[in-house]
Order: sequence, then C-alpha cells, then structure tokens
Amino acid sequence: MTDATLNTSGAPRKGSLHVQDARTTRRNRSEARFKGYGIAAILVGLFFLAVLAVSIVRSGAPAFTRTVVDVDFTMTAAQVEAAESELFKTKAYQTVFIDALKSQLDESGLEVEVDNAAIERLLGKIGGDLRTFYANNPDQVGETVSFQLPASSRVDGYLNGRITRDSLENSRFLMATDLDLVDALQEAGIIKGAINWTFITGTDAGVDNPGGAGLGASVVGSFFMMLVVLFLSLPIGVAASIYLEEFAPQNRFTDLIEVNISNLAAVPSIVFGILGLAVFIQFMHMPQSAPLVGGLVLTLMTLPTIIISTRASLKSVPPSIRDAALGVGASKMQAVFHHVLPMAMPGILTGTIIGLAQALGETAPLLLIGMVGFVARGYPDGIMAGFTEANSAMPAQIYTWAARADASFYEKAWGGIIILLAFLLTMNIIAIILRRRFERRW
Amino acid sequence: MPLFWLIMIVLAVAAAGYFLGRQRALASAGGNTRHLHSLPSYYGWNVAMKAAVPAFLLLIVWLLVQPVYINSTVSGMIPDRTVADNASRGLVMAEVRRTAEGLDNAVAEGTMTRDFASDMRADITDVTQRLKDAGQIVTSTVTQPVLNAAQRYRVMNATGTLWMSIAVIVLAFAGAFRGLREAHSDFRARNTVEQGIRAILIGAASIAILTTVGIILSLVFNTIEFFRLYPAWDFFTGLNWAPSFSGRGGSSDLGVLPLLWGTFYISIVALAVAVPVGLFSAIYLSEYASPRVRSVAKPMLEVLAGIPTIVYGLFALLTVGPLLVSVFGRDGLGWMQSGTAVMTAGLVMGIMLIPFVSSLSDDIINAVPQAMRDGSYGLGATRSETIKQVILPAALPGIVGAILLAASRAIGETMIVVLGAGAAAKLSLNPFEAMTTVTAKIVSQLTGDADFASPEALVAFALGMTLFVITLGLNVFALYIVRKYREQYE
Repeated sequence: MTDATLNTSGAPRKGSLHVQDARTTRRNRSEARFKGYGIAAILVGLFFLAVLAVSIVRSGAPAFTRTVVDVDFTMTAAQVEAAESELFKTKAYQTVFIDALKSQLDESGLEVEVDNAAIERLLGKIGGDLRTFYANNPDQVGETVSFQLPASSRVDGYLNGRITRDSLENSRFLMATDLDLVDALQEAGIIKGAINWTFITGTDAGVDNPGGAGLGASVVGSFFMMLVVLFLSLPIGVAASIYLEEFAPQNRFTDLIEVNISNLAAVPSIVFGILGLAVFIQFMHMPQSAPLVGGLVLTLMTLPTIIISTRASLKSVPPSIRDAALGVGASKMQAVFHHVLPMAMPGILTGTIIGLAQALGETAPLLLIGMVGFVARGYPDGIMAGFTEANSAMPAQIYTWAARADASFYEKAWGGIIILLAFLLTMNIIAIILRRRFERRW
Repeated sequence: MPLFWLIMIVLAVAAAGYFLGRQRALASAGGNTRHLHSLPSYYGWNVAMKAAVPAFLLLIVWLLVQPVYINSTVSGMIPDRTVADNASRGLVMAEVRRTAEGLDNAVAEGTMTRDFASDMRADITDVTQRLKDAGQIVTSTVTQPVLNAAQRYRVMNATGTLWMSIAVIVLAFAGAFRGLREAHSDFRARNTVEQGIRAILIGAASIAILTTVGIILSLVFNTIEFFRLYPAWDFFTGLNWAPSFSGRGGSSDLGVLPLLWGTFYISIVALAVAVPVGLFSAIYLSEYASPRVRSVAKPMLEVLAGIPTIVYGLFALLTVGPLLVSVFGRDGLGWMQSGTAVMTAGLVMGIMLIPFVSSLSDDIINAVPQAMRDGSYGLGATRSETIKQVILPAALPGIVGAILLAASRAIGETMIVVLGAGAAAKLSLNPFEAMTTVTAKIVSQLTGDADFASPEALVAFALGMTLFVITLGLNVFALYIVRKYREQYE
C-alpha cells in the first residue's frame, strides 16, 4: 500500500478532463484489442464449424446420387432366340442392346462411335443382366422395356467434376474417347442422375466396386448395438445413480465408486476397446465382430456419462418432495421410486439420449473387437442373428471406406457421415424437445 | 435361441409367481388388504424377485465360467507335440473351435448324423471330406487330435448348456416356492423387497468398480505376457519402432519412445490451437458477450464437441491434409511430403478441443465471485485489466486443470491420428512430417487379429497400459487442482 506514494511518475494532471491523455488512450486501445481477440477467437471457432459443415455437405452429397443410363429397349422373340443359340450368349444380348442405343442416338442426331468395349467400360457387362431379366420375365419379350442401368463410378466422377478430361489417364477403366460418348449421351438425355438407393440400403462391397457399396447393413448393426446400450446402460445407470444419490452412506466404498466413475469418464475410448477384446472375446469367447459385444463395450463406456447426468437430474428434484412423501408415510424406497424418479425422468432421458448419441459416433473400440466395415456383407437374418452375427457399425464402415485407396470411396465416406450426423441430429433434437417440454424449474 | 427361451422361461416363472404370491397373501388375510403387513403387490414382488434374481445371477456366472472351463479342459487334451513350433496353443484352440462349429453346422444341415459327428473313432479323412462337402471348412488340415478335441468340445458344450438350463430353471422354481411359502399376512414383504432392491442398486453401482478392475486386469495380464516375450527395458527405452509383419520373429523393434514423441508432439500442436482460441472464446463469452450473443455462440461452439471423432478424422485426411499440402507441399514451401502429418492431425484435434477448453474455462471464470470484479472496477481498472490482473490469476488453477483434461483427451484421441497423422513412427522435429501415436499403433496392431500370442499383437496391451497410466495420471492431477481451487470460493 505504501507503493502508491512512491509512484512519482504520475504527476498531477493538467488540462481538461474531456481530453484523453496518452495513458488513457493507450489503456482504451488495449481494451479494444483484448476484446478483439475474444471476438476473433469466437469467429475462428465458428469458421472451423462452417468449413467442416460445408466440406461435409459438398463432398457427401454426390454419394446420394448416381448416374444411370436410361434406355428404352425392345427385344423380339426372334432376337432372344438368336442370342440364346449363340456360344457367347450374354455378348449377343449386349450387341442387340448396343444397336438399340445407337439407333436412339441417331434419332437425336448425334454422331459418335459406340463399341462393345466402350459400353463395358461405362456400364459394366450388361449382357448378363439383360439375359437374366428376359429369362425371369418372358412376357416382356417383344414389349418396350425402359432400363435404368447404373454407370460406373468413374462416369459418376466425370459428371460431378471429380475426374476431368485433363486428369484422366487412359486406363482399362475409362478412356478419353469414352468421354465423348458420355457427353453425347448426356446431350441426348440418356444419361442422367438418379437417387442412389444402393448407397442407403445396400451392404459393403468389395474394394473394386465403389458404386455398389452401401451403408444399410451397418446402420442395422448400429441399431442392434444401440438396443444393447439402451437396455443395459439405462437401467444400470439409473440404479447406480439412485444408490449414490439417495442411499449411499458416507463411507470408503461409496468414495471408491465415486472416484471410479469420475475416472472412467475420462479414460480414452480405445482402452474400452482393449477391455472388450481381452474380457469379452479373449476370455469369455463371445463371437467376434458381433453387435452384442460392441454394445457391451459401448455400455461400459457410456455408463459414466449417463450416471453423471442422472445424478444431476436427481439432485435437481427439491428435497421438499422427498420430505412430503416421507411425511405421509412412504418408505424411503417408495419416496424415491414413486416421486423423485418420475420427476427426474425427463432429465434422465435427455442424458441417456445424449449418451447414446455419443456411443453411436464412437469408432475406435469397435475396430478392436473386429467390427470393421468389410464384415458388413449382408443383412442379419433374424433378430437373434442381429445381435450375434458379424456386422459393422456406421462409423466403423465410414472408417473402412476412408482407409481404402480408391478415391471413389471417399465420397461414400462423406455420404456416410451425412447419414450418421442426421441420426445424431435427430437424437439431439429429441433430447432438446424433451428438455424444453418437461423441464421444471423449482 | 435356447438362451432366449431360458430367459423367457425364468421371466414367465417370475410373472406367474407375482400373481400367485399376491393372491396367496390376499387369501391369507381373508381378502382384506388392511390385515396385510404390506401392500399386496409387495408379496408378489417378493416372489418374482426371489425367482428371477438368483436364477439370472446363476445364468450370468455360468455363461462366464463355462467357456473358460471347457477351454482349459480341451486345451489340456491336446498333446504338446501336435502344437507346431511356429504356432501357439491359442491357434490350435481356434482351429478346434472352428472344427466344432463346422461339425455343428454340418449336423444342422443334415449332411452328417448326430452320432457320426460325435463318433470318437471316426475316420479322419471321411470326416474332413464330409465337412468339405458341407462347405464348413476351407483348410484341409483337420488332424486327429484336433478332431477329437473338437468332438470333446462339442460334447462338453452341449452337456454344459443342458445342465445350465436345468439348474437355472430349478433355481427359478425353488425361489418362487420359497417366496410363495412366505406370502402370508404377517410377513414383512415390503422390507424384504426393499432390501432386495437396495442390493440390486448397490450391485449396479459396483459395475463402475468392476469395469476399472476389468480394464486393469486385462491390461496387466497381457502386458506381463508381452514383457515375457520382449524385454521391458527395450520397450521403454527403444528409439525404433519397426514390428516385423511376419509375426513371431525376433526381428521386431518395439520401442515406445517414437510413439510417445508423436503423441506428445501432436497433442502440443492441438493444445497450441485449442487453448488460445478456447480460452479467449470463454473470456469473451463470460465477460463481454451480451446474453443474446452468448445464447447463440455458445451452443454453436458446443456443436463442435458433439461431432464424432471419425468425422474429424475424415476432415483431416480429405480436407485439411490436401489444403496444407497445397500451401506447404512441393508446389508451395516444400516442407511437406504428404497430407498426413503432425500438423494435419494436431490442427484438427485442436478444433475438436476448442469447445472442451472453452466450456470448462467458462465455468471456472463464472465461478470467480462478482465481488472481485466489482472491486477491480471500483479502483478504475478497465475490463481487460480486470480480466488479466484479477480474474485470470484467480481462475488460473482451474484453467490449468481444464488444459490438463484437454491434454489427456488429446493423448487418448484415436480416429483423428489414425486417419490424419500417418503410419510411420519417427523421432523428428519437423511438424510437417508424418508421425504416429500410441493410440494409432494400438489400432493397427490389434485390428483383425484373433490370436494374441505374438509380441507384435501383445505390444498393443503394453501400449494401452502406457496410455492408461498417462491419461489417468493427468486426470487425477487435473481433478485435484480443480477441486482444490473450488474450495477457495464455495
């Protein structure tokens, strides 16, 4: 306090109070600068969010469309018979198809070379598909049938700008001359975009077939996993919170539980994967890659989150409710289960949904227990199989696509993220609505 | 399916017990509920609880113990000489389980009769051929000991499951009968039921302890196993990380230091992004922002925390990486070789941590008493001077705690580094070089591996142990600091 008198630099102030002296100006400037840093920090954060959102939407949207070739096509009985009598039957079908395509192009007044190899590069070996179709639907022979054939992923890439004429190297997949054909087909309205249902409902495809890869099976895998998480973590979490919040005496055991819960909440998720691998698979010999095991691991991981939020909502129920219940003769257990718990339920459900959303997006522990993308090759048959059969989960499937060398899979990965975020958004909106509607302020 | 039916049967017994118990108690009071000690439903619950809880406990314990017991028994049957030099007992056991499964499926499909599948003296070539015809095995190496072990495995499994079903159902009925005998008007049913519920609650709360014990045991046992195969000293001091891909060769270098360096380097870059941005956001939001700005900006920032890490990983790999390459790569400054680098992963991880740092710091800054601010303003300090000289020093321990928690998050983060940081373990100072981390190597050493006999797979557990100890230490230290600070003002 004596320092103030020692400060001789501040000579008595002269002049008008309305004129800012140099020191005040400097202080005000530094004030404005400091505030500017804060605004800049917020803007940086929001900028990152915006960049993230834009890159997700821009890179992911193409995954939901695909390029199809729309051809009206008639095959007479004589043509079918002729094709069936040949040695290379599917090739014969293909020739008929290409003739039809040529005539359709000629009608539009476009002159391009169409040959067998080019069509195979653009559409794959379609002869087989045609043959199967006519074998299954013999009544369609002689009728005009409108075919929608999916184009290869490289044609997709050309049409949405991922592959340009300059970047294209001639390969067995796509040649520069094919692009002329694609342009002509587009002009004639034969090639066009359509919604890619395969991506939404399909299963994972091989490394060489990005066009056929879909997220459907892993959505089902995630769904079964979330069922396990919901039915285990909600009752266990609520029971544990009720004990800790309402009944636990102040002793060593309670302290031990509390310390464990707060530490588990901060353990890296991959450690839970190691736990699952060692205990559930190595020790207990549960099936590898099963949603059941994934669900158990994620349950252990989300329990601390759910316990913490449940305890907060139990704590927010005022003690007068308990006192009133006890006063009219309820036992402690009845007071908790009949009065406190129902009042805390909206908060508990909100916390559970947020915990589930966290579990839905978790990837690392699933990779360790074998739920990688390429095991999601089919839908499980039956409800029990859904829990025990090898499957993947949405984030693990996305990771598998992202780790593949073919850049066409990146688009799928971004598309998968859009679906994943759509699920998360829905869950969070439900949580917010629950909170808004039922939240009570005491 | 039998398990499903078993659970259903126990639940049905419990449900029937509920109604019978309720009825019996009512009957003993002559239909007048006022003569009962407890409400009628408590008598029902008493029966249901006594039927279901012990039965389910037995079921769980049995399901845990049976595979372990069968495995050790069957594994003891396999003579040592059949285990090839370059294989392990675990691999042979996996073969046994596969064969047993194949036999099961073949029986289910009808290509093999039940007796034939369990015939101990069956001709090995015949069995192999039939299994192949049924499409059940791909390898042709079903040896006689493996086949016998597989048959024994099947038999033990079948009898085990049968005895389990019998024991569980008997226990359920016994519990129900005990409960029913108690259902009398003098019985203090509510107290009994409440004690039971209390025990269940304690059990649920103890799962947190069990999880920790499970984590520690699974890490410790496998780590000890690893150190038996690979010297601990070399692991902790080795400067080279080069696991051989063939497995079980002595040629692997498994030094943890390059991985730890990569982990810390990436975490430091991440904190260098997250701490300034997060801290200044928190200061602005709590000290300057109007309620309206706050109500918009705070949730927007917290959206960043709700995004799954796989999204950030993809963002690092496909957006940030190429962007950095175009600036620092060969066409630009020439510092960067490829998109995966310390900088890529660190930057993206920093973005992920912004809301973590900002919301923790926000809470801590808000906890500084208003009186301290008022005192400072009263002396003529500007807002920024108050923040810098009064609020931040008071909040410093809490902020340090928040930063430590963020650091522990960064160290344990997996998906961003798996996708964004590269796979090569290097000791380098260049932040534009690809490095790898402890978590990324855990994933790459364990993914898709069913056998944990080689040091190359077991090393993942030692890495996990290292990671667990580091993050736990950081968390405990951070929570200690935060708690100690909080005591000052509350």
